[in-house]
Amino acid sequence: MSGHSTYQPQNGFLQWIEKRLPIGGLIHSSFIAYPTPKNLNYWWTFGGILSFMLGVQIITGIVLAMHYTPHVDLAFNSVETIMRDVNYGWLLRYVHSNGASMFFIAVYIHIFRGMYYGSYKEPREVLWILGVIIYLLMMATGFLGYTLPWGQMSFWGATVITNFFSAIPGVGETVVTWLWGGYAVGNPTLNRFYSLHYLLPFVIAGVVVLHVWALHVVGQNNPAGIEPKSDKDTVPFTPYATVKDGFFIVVFCMMYAWFVFYTPNFLGHADNYIAANPAVTPAHIVPEWYYLPFYAILRAIPDKLLGVLAMFGSIAILAFLPWLDTSKVRSARYRPLYRQFFWLFVAVCIGLGWLGSKPAEGIYTLIARILTFYYFAHFIIVLPLLGIFEKSKPLPNSISESVLAKA
Amino acid sequence: MIMHRTFIALALAASLGATGAALAAEGQVQPPPQKWSFSGPFGKFDEAQLQRGFKVYKEVCASCHSMSLVSFRNLAEAGGPGFSVKQVEALAAEYKIKDLDDKGEAIERDGRPADKFPAPFANAKAAAAANGGVAPPDFSTLAKARTYERGFPWWIIDIFSQFQEQGPDYIHALLVGYEDAPQGFTMPPGGHYNKYFPGHVIAMPKPITEGQVTYDDGAPQTLEQYSHDVAAFMAWAAEPHMVARKRLGFQVMIFLLVLSGLLYFTKKKVWSAVH
Repeated sequence: MSGHSTYQPQNGFLQWIEKRLPIGGLIHSSFIAYPTPKNLNYWWTFGGILSFMLGVQIITGIVLAMHYTPHVDLAFNSVETIMRDVNYGWLLRYVHSNGASMFFIAVYIHIFRGMYYGSYKEPREVLWILGVIIYLLMMATGFLGYTLPWGQMSFWGATVITNFFSAIPGVGETVVTWLWGGYAVGNPTLNRFYSLHYLLPFVIAGVVVLHVWALHVVGQNNPAGIEPKSDKDTVPFTPYATVKDGFFIVVFCMMYAWFVFYTPNFLGHADNYIAANPAVTPAHIVPEWYYLPFYAILRAIPDKLLGVLAMFGSIAILAFLPWLDTSKVRSARYRPLYRQFFWLFVAVCIGLGWLGSKPAEGIYTLIARILTFYYFAHFIIVLPLLGIFEKSKPLPNSISESVLAKA
Repeated sequence: MIMHRTFIALALAASLGATGAALAAEGQVQPPPQKWSFSGPFGKFDEAQLQRGFKVYKEVCASCHSMSLVSFRNLAEAGGPGFSVKQVEALAAEYKIKDLDDKGEAIERDGRPADKFPAPFANAKAAAAANGGVAPPDFSTLAKARTYERGFPWWIIDIFSQFQEQGPDYIHALLVGYEDAPQGFTMPPGGHYNKYFPGHVIAMPKPITEGQVTYDDGAPQTLEQYSHDVAAFMAWAAEPHMVARKRLGFQVMIFLLVLSGLLYFTKKKVWSAVH
């Protein structure tokens, strides 16, 4: 799709470089000439927002790392030193900690957008799977990062999550000991979590490059869910997509800044302002909001091993989405039934998130089981059958026609 | 009966553990919401209130509670209680700080503004031993480490109203919440009844009473006023850059608003030819 670059530098030095390393042509074909469907709506700006957030997290993270001490006796106070004595340290830390939440808000919108418009379908399967891998890496990175302030929720969250692996039959305990670097969550755990928390964002950046590469080979999907047929259906990435993305990134930043400056601890837990204490267990150990649906699935299942498998399975199943959805039509705009099931699925995910924040008892467990069943049923039963039985609406002949029909 | 026993066990665990998470325990009485000068987008700490709150901390709370992350110099920094540098130097000199001299001998010297507030006990074990087995929590981050369930729909409204004063609300409520245990309430030994403490059994005896601290600025010397002032002081100690944060936030918001407007019209202009 990106095709052959027509980039011809005027400057003599750039021509000299271009003959030896055609990086200018690569940038030109990827971010300037790259044709984007002209009917993209604002839901398509979240890819740009996610790239922006990755940049923000890496830059603030690198500076925070200059002031942070990964030691069980010093970590909590070093974070407080950042908050109190490092110039604008409070800003760096709140931008980073709230940035994690903003990153997940953006990725959830990005994923649901892909589901609504069928962006995972042929020929975008690999693009989609790379996205699922990025999401998994993000979850790991977020979890590792939440451990670093070494507050009560950091410590107990790390204890609970690492204990998942003890469910592995036979070697579970051995694996957990290996993960901890000891017989309990302690200094070796904190050290390796810090190391990995620093490493993974760069792994994410690498997979993002593959994700964007795959995107530029197959081209973007669009709200009509049909491929561009002529130049009339597309506009060059710059200035059209850049200015639109730029505008919406700034709008997104207003929400982000609201949290950072006005309610910086809203998305966190009060308990994490208490230094980690292995002798005192908090009354409720609750993960960060972005893990809550999966936490609900884990606890909905009475068996530990099956619960852990269901939790990982609920993410893994996303990778099979391109083959579970049997419909040839991409966009929900032309799939009246799928559209309803899509919103039902969104509601189920939000419901699971709510249940994840509640104690796993009584009526909550019952609802969690029903919703967990539906979560999987959506992929295994609803989507395969819908493709067979649903009567989709007629597709427009071209993107231009769909735009004109709307106007 | 089993329920009752569980309740006591929980109450004891809460009082002994004294963690913020325990506050999430079911059945906590909601602290009455208070008015704070530092709430909302333009909220600022009231200097006179922080100075009074500091006096309460120094004369009452500090005999058991450390505040190990706060330095004397912080008291003279912008956005705080507004003490002068001279006042802080004099104040620091009232404290004895453990140090080593040039020969490596342990000494006690006068405090300096750069020193952190010394703790009332030598270490956590000594603090626990002197207080019925549990060390009194450090004050540095306590106002951010305490909360209570807001419930639906308040937790959503809080995003827009910028409510984040659960900590000070709770601390105020706790200090005014000591009362006689109701009929039939079984009080474990060493426990004290508090209306707002989760489980109602708190290890800390009623710490302050009417008229205990003398205010120099004519503010009423009531329990209500003390509780307010010390809760405000703790809010500052937990978040000493809050005033700067909200001020910068307003500037950032104005900047983003203007930038998004400019970008919106640029986008409109660029896209006007398409379709």
